[in-house]
Amino acid sequence: MIGTNRYIGSPVERIEDLRFLRGRGEFVGDLKSQGMLHAAILRSPIAHGRIRGLDSAAARAIPGVRDVIAAAEIGAVPTIPLRLLPLPGTERFLQPVIATGRLRYVGEPIAVVLADSAALAEDGVGALILDLEELPPVADRRASGRHEILLFEESGTNLAMTFTGVLGDAEAAFRDAPYVRRECFEVQRHTALPMEPRGLLAEWDSTQQRMTVLGAAKVPFFNRDTLAAMLGLAPASVDLIENDVGGGFGARGEFYPEDFLIPFAARHVGRPVRWLEDRREHLTAMNHARQADCEVEIACRRDGTILGMRGEIFVDLGAYVRTNGLIQPRTLAQCFSGPYRVPNLHMVVRALLTNKTPSGTYRGPGRYEASFFCERLIELAAVDLGLDSAEMRRRNLIGAAEMPYKLARLEPGGAAVDTECDSGDYGEVLERCLAEFAWEEKRTLQGRLIDGRYHGIAVACFIEGAGAGPKEAARLELEPDGTVAVYVGSAAVGQGLETVMAQVASDTLGMPIDLVRVFHGSTPYLNEGYGAFASRSTVLGGSAVYEGAKSLLEKIRGAAAARLGGPPDDIELVDGRARTRDGRSLSFADLAADGLRVDAMFQNNNKLTYTYGSAVAHVAVDLGTGQVEVLDFLVVEDVGRIVNPLTLHGQAIGGVVQGLGGAFMENLVYDANGQLLTGTLADYLIPTASDFPRIRAIALENHPSPSNPLGVKGAGEGPIIPVGGLMANAVGNALASFGAMPNQLPLSPARVWRMGAEAPMENLGKNARAEPVSDAAGPGRSQIRR
Amino acid sequence: MKPAPFEYQAPATLREAVDLLASDPEAMVIAGGQSLMPLLALRLATPSLLIDLRRVPGLDAIAIDDSGIRLGARVRWRDIEDDRRLETAHPLLRETIAQVAHYQIRNRGTVGGSLAHADPAAELPGIAVTCDAELTLVGVAGTRMVRAGDFFTGPLTTVRQHDEIITELHLPFWPSGRRWAFREFAQRRGDFSLAGIALFYGEDQEGRVANAHVGVIGACDRPQRLMEVEALLNGRFIDEGLIREAAETSARTVDPPEDLHVPAAYRRALVATLIERGLRSAAQHRSA
Repeated sequence: MIGTNRYIGSPVERIEDLRFLRGRGEFVGDLKSQGMLHAAILRSPIAHGRIRGLDSAAARAIPGVRDVIAAAEIGAVPTIPLRLLPLPGTERFLQPVIATGRLRYVGEPIAVVLADSAALAEDGVGALILDLEELPPVADRRASGRHEILLFEESGTNLAMTFTGVLGDAEAAFRDAPYVRRECFEVQRHTALPMEPRGLLAEWDSTQQRMTVLGAAKVPFFNRDTLAAMLGLAPASVDLIENDVGGGFGARGEFYPEDFLIPFAARHVGRPVRWLEDRREHLTAMNHARQADCEVEIACRRDGTILGMRGEIFVDLGAYVRTNGLIQPRTLAQCFSGPYRVPNLHMVVRALLTNKTPSGTYRGPGRYEASFFCERLIELAAVDLGLDSAEMRRRNLIGAAEMPYKLARLEPGGAAVDTECDSGDYGEVLERCLAEFAWEEKRTLQGRLIDGRYHGIAVACFIEGAGAGPKEAARLELEPDGTVAVYVGSAAVGQGLETVMAQVASDTLGMPIDLVRVFHGSTPYLNEGYGAFASRSTVLGGSAVYEGAKSLLEKIRGAAAARLGGPPDDIELVDGRARTRDGRSLSFADLAADGLRVDAMFQNNNKLTYTYGSAVAHVAVDLGTGQVEVLDFLVVEDVGRIVNPLTLHGQAIGGVVQGLGGAFMENLVYDANGQLLTGTLADYLIPTASDFPRIRAIALENHPSPSNPLGVKGAGEGPIIPVGGLMANAVGNALASFGAMPNQLPLSPARVWRMGAEAPMENLGKNARAEPVSDAAGPGRSQIRR
Repeated sequence: MKPAPFEYQAPATLREAVDLLASDPEAMVIAGGQSLMPLLALRLATPSLLIDLRRVPGLDAIAIDDSGIRLGARVRWRDIEDDRRLETAHPLLRETIAQVAHYQIRNRGTVGGSLAHADPAAELPGIAVTCDAELTLVGVAGTRMVRAGDFFTGPLTTVRQHDEIITELHLPFWPSGRRWAFREFAQRRGDFSLAGIALFYGEDQEGRVANAHVGVIGACDRPQRLMEVEALLNGRFIDEGLIREAAETSARTVDPPEDLHVPAAYRRALVATLIERGLRSAAQHRSA
């Protein structure tokens, strides 16, 4: 481990913030280029249909409109490859970079208009005349599953992929179980919604035959290679440049149609082209996420020990399989049981195509949904079996002695067939969380009516599989001015990457942090890089910087020893100087002339880190309005090792707030024709700074990850994971006397109000279709054998 | 999200503004722009000409006398919030306006703009209808007065003729000793409410309700008074039984639309909740 430890673990203020606070951030909207044209995109106004014709004469006639590019101008239209899980069969459902005749969702790009200003480009879009043939839309996953209307006739199916997660023998476990319960749950379609929408500025150098694209994010190297292949260029002839990025959350930075269209347009017209996504197009163009429903079962012993879980989950994937679109269904199958010991599991996940915006990853993809399903099941079992919510979880958490603990096996698996929880004591964190919250005391509030509001508490536990491989690159160079330049293949999407990488490099090199400069996310810096997804930057990028810094340290020592005499081991590095035992020293600037530089690559053999934690919440429900107030929310997580408690705390609080948005507000609503009804932020509600003021987060570093030298675990996604299940259980517990069944998100005011407005028996009858024979007391879907 | 091209004029007199408006059937009037600018950006409104009232004199005053309160069309929400005279001259107005959207919007949004835009959930139209206010409209044919209850005809529609400009809202005199309440509910503070209610009443010598006015916003296609609830309240003593009866009557008589966020049944129940809470609070507070 690292010797000097001044920065790692310290609340170092974010290096990035000084320029943001001074208004000196440089986002893609701040960039201009001489002779630049502005692009606007004509998008499909219908969910399903065919383009019979596109008349661009009127648009071209507008003074200031310079060109119109549609499929015909592009020629052979490429499709966008999968970045993750490119499994056989998926090639049938990839998205073309522009509609080639068939339209499959509202918002699909049809044509790009280039003009002297953004307003003129929009005028041009308005003047394009489309001749469309409408087809009946596949409005939801149920219609999709009937396969009567197909999005891709030649494939013969709307089923994009089926994943199965298997552990033990679920059938046998259920056959012999003394208690089983089956339920249906549903998570709504919502989206990551970074504050800064996407944007690109593409410049084509016809002399050098080079393409430069500014506005890259998340995975610039993969996107560089993809774009180069589509443009028929060598990867070395394409540069993707990362500027400041206003949030990613999984959605921003994937390869979208525009990532081809804008560079293509720049080359086509021989002028720089800039496109800035507006919020309305963002809501139909950017990946959607999360939409899944299920019918699942739990089997337990009478003492609450979980024997098995099984069931079927349906994912409404939207119109195409996008770059990372299969991560959510994959994770639902493999990680359904979260941190719980579920020895027998059989979960089938079907990803179905519909005429909606395609979906992709969003912070805690699949895990948020799985946690909601799983925590609801566990809570219902606890109620049926007469166990306290915390005790039920305590009995079923994976034990410290069981580490590493293998999760369900995935079929088809590809590279990710197996994964295992790496380290930790899950029960320890649960107890800490319960103690901080005073669970035993607050239990007395459960279901009580105080000043007109019903109070409820709940607890949930989670794991965050993170730090996906395969590797990450870093290069460190001693500069003539005595600073160290750190180049890393990780990308910054607002998470504080510069600060964290600088902390790791400074500590390892034993030099002040302001002498370390971090460069990231742009392809010219390195030959390869893997970017920012799956909370991997600190785990892999940080480890690469650490390994690189260690090597550079040795080189500096060697160079200093050669100049000053004596063995390298006697050279000490202090505050940017190399010093011998007898006090003679050289500055790093003196040594820079020796051309000291190091390339490092950190590989983790695809071993994920597993941050784990527990969350508790206390809510008050106003049945007069259906409003739920979060009175207290506490999340405790063990992240292995904390590099920066400030940025980590921000991640935790932000994650919880985003999760609360999904639990209570955010909902992408489509009508039966596949039209998005929530097309502005007046209709698509997201939490604002004042909505959820009472959130607490505690981070621990009790059990470092064994799979990297820093001991860190990915920590950007954990706290969002349990929020949906936790809120549903808290509201369900508050309204237990009404027989409330909060089995669908979001918990909107109207939905919560209805839980209190309906008589309990009526409520039960409504869900009876998922009903096995019951011989037991309690809600009808449970079955206790005596 | 760039507006379609339009011409822009800022005339110096009301006469000029009216003539400009009359001369172009595609022209629109702009004051604070808090409703119109988003519509322009989304190209949901594509006027050929925007007539800006910012230079027209005499539209930005709040006048208070024995006949009531006159709000010029260009009076901003902030002006109402900042006018201490209204604490006694019209506490219901002041309290309600403080709940309009967010302070950035209250710094620019205007009386005339809100009335002309006629969002069914907007606060000021609700107060105007509840209080029996009167609007002054000036057009080519001259000046006319329209009762607020007759002005709004549906969502975003009013009886205003194309060439007419709203110049003033007159709220009748607010006597001392009235009991009143305003309540609205939105999932997020500052959003257009899912429903809102405004109410006031006086009391006779024995303390029975007199002259009850009860209005509702957001839960119907335009701001409305709930006459049945008013009739129920008048002449009775306020107690828990009457409050509950009034709430039930309000739920029965209001006619909410179905929309994507909220089923009609929810809005009915929400109106009942707000009426109940409003009446309870009014019974405890009396204006100076």
